[in-house]
Amino acid sequence: MALLECENLRKSFFGVEVLHGVSFSLDRGRVLGLVGENGSGKSTTMNILGGVLPRDGGRIRLEGAEFDPRGPKDALAGGIAFIHQELNLFENLSIEENLFITGFPRLGGALPFINRGRMRRRARELLEQVDIRHPPGTPVGSLSQGERQLVEIAKALSVDAKVIIFDEPTTSLTRREADRLFGIIERLRRRGIAMIYISHVLADVTRICDDITVLRDGAVVGGGPAAQMPTERMISLMVGRTLDQLFPERTCTPTATPVLEVRGVSQPGVVHEIDLTLHAGEVLGIAGLMGAGRSELARILFGLDSFHGGTIAVDGTVIEKPSPRTCMEHGMAFLTEDRRGEGLMMHATITDNIALASLDEYASPWARFIERTRLGDEVGRIGQKVRLRAADPVAALARSLSGGNQQKVVLAKWLLRNPKVFILDEPTRGIDVGAKFEIYKIIDTLVAGGAGVLMISSEMEELMGLCDRILVMNHGEIQAEYSRGEFDSGRILEAAMKRKTSAAAPGAIAEKVA
Amino acid sequence: MTATSLETEARSSGMRRFVRRVLFSEYLVLWLSVLYFLAVLPFVPQMASVEVLRNILSDMLPLLVVAIGQTFVLIVAGIDLSVTSIIAMASVVGASVMTGDGGYLAGSPLAVPAAMLAMVTVGLAIGAFNGFCITRLGMPPFIVTLTTMMFFSGAAIWFTTFHTTTSSIANLPHGFVVLGQGNIGGVPNSLWVVLAVGILAHIVLARTVLGRRLYACGQNRRAAAVSGVPVRKVIAAAFLISGACAAVASILYTGRLQTGTPILGQTILLDIIGAVVIGGTSLFGGKGKVVWTVFGVLFLVLIDTSLKMLGLSLFSVFAIKGAVILLAAVIDAVRTRFAARI
Repeated sequence: MALLECENLRKSFFGVEVLHGVSFSLDRGRVLGLVGENGSGKSTTMNILGGVLPRDGGRIRLEGAEFDPRGPKDALAGGIAFIHQELNLFENLSIEENLFITGFPRLGGALPFINRGRMRRRARELLEQVDIRHPPGTPVGSLSQGERQLVEIAKALSVDAKVIIFDEPTTSLTRREADRLFGIIERLRRRGIAMIYISHVLADVTRICDDITVLRDGAVVGGGPAAQMPTERMISLMVGRTLDQLFPERTCTPTATPVLEVRGVSQPGVVHEIDLTLHAGEVLGIAGLMGAGRSELARILFGLDSFHGGTIAVDGTVIEKPSPRTCMEHGMAFLTEDRRGEGLMMHATITDNIALASLDEYASPWARFIERTRLGDEVGRIGQKVRLRAADPVAALARSLSGGNQQKVVLAKWLLRNPKVFILDEPTRGIDVGAKFEIYKIIDTLVAGGAGVLMISSEMEELMGLCDRILVMNHGEIQAEYSRGEFDSGRILEAAMKRKTSAAAPGAIAEKVA
Repeated sequence: MTATSLETEARSSGMRRFVRRVLFSEYLVLWLSVLYFLAVLPFVPQMASVEVLRNILSDMLPLLVVAIGQTFVLIVAGIDLSVTSIIAMASVVGASVMTGDGGYLAGSPLAVPAAMLAMVTVGLAIGAFNGFCITRLGMPPFIVTLTTMMFFSGAAIWFTTFHTTTSSIANLPHGFVVLGQGNIGGVPNSLWVVLAVGILAHIVLARTVLGRRLYACGQNRRAAAVSGVPVRKVIAAAFLISGACAAVASILYTGRLQTGTPILGQTILLDIIGAVVIGGTSLFGGKGKVVWTVFGVLFLVLIDTSLKMLGLSLFSVFAIKGAVILLAAVIDAVRTRFAARI
């Protein structure tokens, strides 16, 4: 009898079914690899198992008995521990305090005083099991990311977890730390603990998992023993659909006129000797894993972060002191990865948001009054151009809009300036398919109008469907370049994942493969 | 469903709409002020006399000027606790320039304008220092302005000791006193000044690029920076404006008392911030208007005056004022929660 059995799990959000009956089982002392694109349903499945989300249908059996967690605490009590991508540790507290935060051992059993001695002894035992040599009183804030992960595991062991779920555990780990983690996983396996391992680093999955299950669009599309699942098969199962329908026809081809020329841009520890040229009418994609330095490069190009050495030129003019202001004056625009944090004023109206980057253009010369009618007309025109849909396209608050329409507001803000160089960092993250298509169309219109678009995306499909050229970044360097026609997700992935043999390489994780 | 239940339903939804309209009205605090005025009138009928109303107005004026400056700072999600020390410092510096008892420019025809210029300069300088520490050194506004408040409150007393053996610098020139008590076209000069400051502040906030940028910095500083807003300059400008407004208030207060005194304004810090917040300006930034602040100040001064006229002791006045400010904060929280549900 399997330790954990999930049968036909279903889940809908706002009437849209996202899990269409997911089933898998897990035995004692086995590691199950769960792979799939973002949005394929991995996280939803695991959140149901971990008690974070209630399920709409299907059943879970743990050791043969029905298992119906009502919350994370319930799931943990049942023996399922969930180690999240973002660790849930209190950095200001010590290791031992973190381990026992949910139930401190007390003096006399019930007095409101912590039994420090007992806590320390238990903490020592647990830390030994995960190979942490720091004293239990060490503040968690002073530990490395890898050690924090191990503290999380120790926490799971403290409640005698039978199943441990790892969600992208190596994202922020160095290679050495990841190897250490794998050693611990091996040790836990031998103790009979079952584990579910979610990761985009397929090489790791192949290495440590016994079985692999592939999810796509909320359903299991394949699975089997790891030995019978080579990386290529996993990728083809994960992608599994033709690209044409998802992307609009490109209506222009790149010209030979460069609009953005980057030469030798370096920042120690972030990016190294970046050379790239973006032409008018071109969509240039940047692929790479999380932590490859793509967003960092974009921030440097837009003058948000500093750099040492190298030049950035727009239309042949070198930008002397790059800052968002000077870059904007040279005709650049930047759609950031973090829409809520850096793109929008959530509590302001659509008009205020769209106008924010162009206030100077609509100000009277001396007293700097805003020309409100002219601004209002232009904002309305741009709103129509991006096909903004809102109850009130002028006065609705940004936070009342859907993700897709919010992103259109950010795009409109920049379109109002008629930029020549448009840097887009994950423009379609968290947006539904329909709005994605519209954003692709806006991108096409932009380049057809003579602008150049530099597009960072973790969705390889999107890059291959839209770009004229793709650069692959890896460890802060441009590793490879492919033109349309030679696009091949396997080769791109390979370039993105190739490991430097020397140096402490950051944990290479494909945020999104295929 | 029966006819009566339909009726109650309709009535309750109409009621709800009414509650919502009142709750979200820009003039909520004005309505509250009127309501309060009518409510206390039976107990203190003198409230409606011209004399008292004029007093209320003259009490409002200097407070309103500082509060308008504070509104700018709260809009960028800052706070300026140093305003009372600016009032004190500007008062004694201005007095030291123009006093007949050995002032720097005693007797000179330039004494009054020079003194007023010096007062505004004091306000701008302290505001600039606050802005520098906050935007360039990245210090929290609370700590910066708390410490400048302490420093300049002390410094003002120290400065006074160079000029007089008493606690304040008296014998201000006749020209200055008349300026504060005179009128143009039947409207007191101080009212003209406050009107000018208020209208200017309203125009800056509502109509200019700077205004939009102030709100943007309060709403989302990072998004503003990405969109090319010179965030540091904008925030520094808010503190400069607050300093200048406090200095103008100091001119009004000093003119009214006819002496420069270092303890001027010592007790009104919470009135200032309380009035702005009662008006509806958010302590979290991004939200605020000059008219709101006018209503907030009106409300607070009304309460103050009425409680004093009821003959309540100072500590009960304090307690009731505290309760009213708390109530305003609660209403604001309810409002925000309601808004989130729509």
